[in-house]
Amino acid sequence: MTHTISNLNAWLAIAAVALFSCAGDVLLARAMRQIGDLGELWHHRGFLVVGLRVLRNRYFLLGVGFMTLAFYSLLYGLSWNNVSLIGPAAASLTFVANAIAAKLFLHERVDARRWAAALLVAGGVVLMAL
Amino acid sequence: MLSGVSVFAPLGDSLLSYGMKQVGNISLQQPMRLLLAINNPWVAIGIVLLLGFFASYMTALSWADLTYVLPASSLGYVLLALIARVALHEQVSLTRWLGIALVSSGVGFVTTGPEVTEPPRSPCDAASAATEPS
Repeated sequence: MTHTISNLNAWLAIAAVALFSCAGDVLLARAMRQIGDLGELWHHRGFLVVGLRVLRNRYFLLGVGFMTLAFYSLLYGLSWNNVSLIGPAAASLTFVANAIAAKLFLHERVDARRWAAALLVAGGVVLMAL
Repeated sequence: MLSGVSVFAPLGDSLLSYGMKQVGNISLQQPMRLLLAINNPWVAIGIVLLLGFFASYMTALSWADLTYVLPASSLGYVLLALIARVALHEQVSLTRWLGIALVSSGVGFVTTGPEVTEPPRSPCDAASAATEPS
């Protein structure tokens, strides 16, 4: 019974980490796309301008909010099961969910190469956790 | 930047795991215990490493697509397995080697392609983006 509750909590946390990470990743990618190349910006305008520009972006702040939820879901999951299950399972689901979300919301051209990469990495991460 | 993402993320996760083992099981009825878990030194060091991951990740996302950055930065999983085998002398099973091969192939696939699938915006062009309603 305790084992079942532990597994249920772990998988609940895995689903939450994947969902919140995916939302956070998409929002952060959108923020960075709006802001531009950080390295180039830092070189031309300095650290303060880069920091202010990042911190004033709404997508960045929303993305950080979702990443915080993903972080606490990860901590919750880690309190119920090992990192060898929680980490790879959440990462694999996030890889596939991000490929779909990037195509839908960021309009990235997810070609066969990128689908293959996402699926290979997701499968590989699962095998490494076995 | 991608190597920063690859190194900081798995190390940070491992330290969080070690710290959370010391903190113990937390139920959903104890949200404060979850918030206070950051007082554990291993969790705190894990968070510092994850901040390093976050900075590298944001920089990488500023010049490459999400679907490029995520698979390309997943070599950290391979790195952890290799450290376990070489430095810690742990047994790495055949399944895990197969997993390493799959992750490496995925990374190889994506890194031979372009980083972005649309023209990147220059910092000057993007200057207005920070002030415009987003």
